[in-house]
Amino acid sequence: MSMRHALLALLSDGPSYGWKLRQDFEQRTGEVWPVNGGQVYTTLQRLERDGLIESDDAEAEGAQRRFRLTGEGRAELGRWLETPPDLSAPPRDDLVIKVMVAVGVPGIDARGLLQVHRRHLVEVMREYARVKDASPGEARLAMVADAEIFRLDAQVRWLDSVESSLEELSPPAAAPPEGSPRVLLGRRVRVGGRE
Amino acid sequence: MSVLELRSVSRSYGRGAAEVDALSGVSMTVEAGELVAVMGPSGSGKTTLLTIAGTLEEVSSGEVLIDGQTVSRLSLDDRAALRRHRIGYVFQDFNLLAGLTAVENVALPLELDGRSRAAARAAAMTVLDGLGLTALADRFPDELSGGERQRTAVARAVVGDRRLLLADEPTGALDSTNGESVLRLLRRACRGGVAGVLVTHEARLAARADRIIYLRDGRIVDESPAMPGPESLLVNETRS
Repeated sequence: MSMRHALLALLSDGPSYGWKLRQDFEQRTGEVWPVNGGQVYTTLQRLERDGLIESDDAEAEGAQRRFRLTGEGRAELGRWLETPPDLSAPPRDDLVIKVMVAVGVPGIDARGLLQVHRRHLVEVMREYARVKDASPGEARLAMVADAEIFRLDAQVRWLDSVESSLEELSPPAAAPPEGSPRVLLGRRVRVGGRE
Repeated sequence: MSVLELRSVSRSYGRGAAEVDALSGVSMTVEAGELVAVMGPSGSGKTTLLTIAGTLEEVSSGEVLIDGQTVSRLSLDDRAALRRHRIGYVFQDFNLLAGLTAVENVALPLELDGRSRAAARAAAMTVLDGLGLTALADRFPDELSGGERQRTAVARAVVGDRRLLLADEPTGALDSTNGESVLRLLRRACRGGVAGVLVTHEARLAARADRIIYLRDGRIVDESPAMPGPESLLVNETRS
């Protein structure tokens, strides 16, 4: 995730100090992603260098410096929030790659392998469910835990779908014609013709 | 002694070439206080397992024991009494009676079993109170949300001296938030001393059970044991 934009978002509430921004960041993300002070100060320096934030007192050191968003910083934050992540090409997902490689390997117990991965995903989901249940009333933590639970749930559904399709699996076909949907999955195509 | 025990249970339908094995050599136990999820794709035998555990269906071979009693050795009357007294069911579609309030729905199994109306109502209120559902008691099903109806159905499933709670895709008709609260309630009901079996194809819900049994083609292919104490996974790298 982007610490740079997270700090811009926190500063959109008003001027603040590095130590306070670190505290607010951890609180806003349900204390799921701990950050060290050095990471915060380094990022603040870069944001200042890029003209996205400015300090009340350039002479003050470290924790004593208070930062505020510049007009350019506010515009950058707006652009970042409104820009959807690039979903035009499938991400390099280790699980997908492993499973797709495995189902083509002779002698592999594909169903057994799918179950190994399914079980692991469910185990991780159980951990997140327990973290969530152990912290009632912590809405931000629950949201972050849910993000992982839903993501893992989607992967389990995909494994289920692969398993139900195993019998249909045939040897690799010839290369698909240009413009077919499979071309999108086979290449790192970007929206707007960028590749 | 386990509340539910299946010993090498098999169930097949049809004969000869048309014979289909819905369950093959399934052995499992469920203890009082735990919720066990049975997970598997459609046709894996989940619902057959549940109906056999609920004594609603005969096994082709093997044994089912409930509270140490071998079901196949019970007379039909005793089996019916076991179902009435000891087993509660939760279905996807709630199955509440529209003309009765929530507390009357919960009390109904006890009244049908011969308890006085006042005693049945008192027992129903005890369950509703214990599950944090007191506020729903005097509302009719059409005044309840889907989640509230299913929570009432869970209360009905554990009222009285029930020992075994069987839930078949209980959150199938609910959104994710309500589904989760029903799962919490199922677990809470089990913590009260009931053994629970939850059948689901949803990993997200199975992850809330104490143990998970994976079923495929009528066989148990894997199992996730009960977990140890809480550990935080929620530590990750943040990049600038």
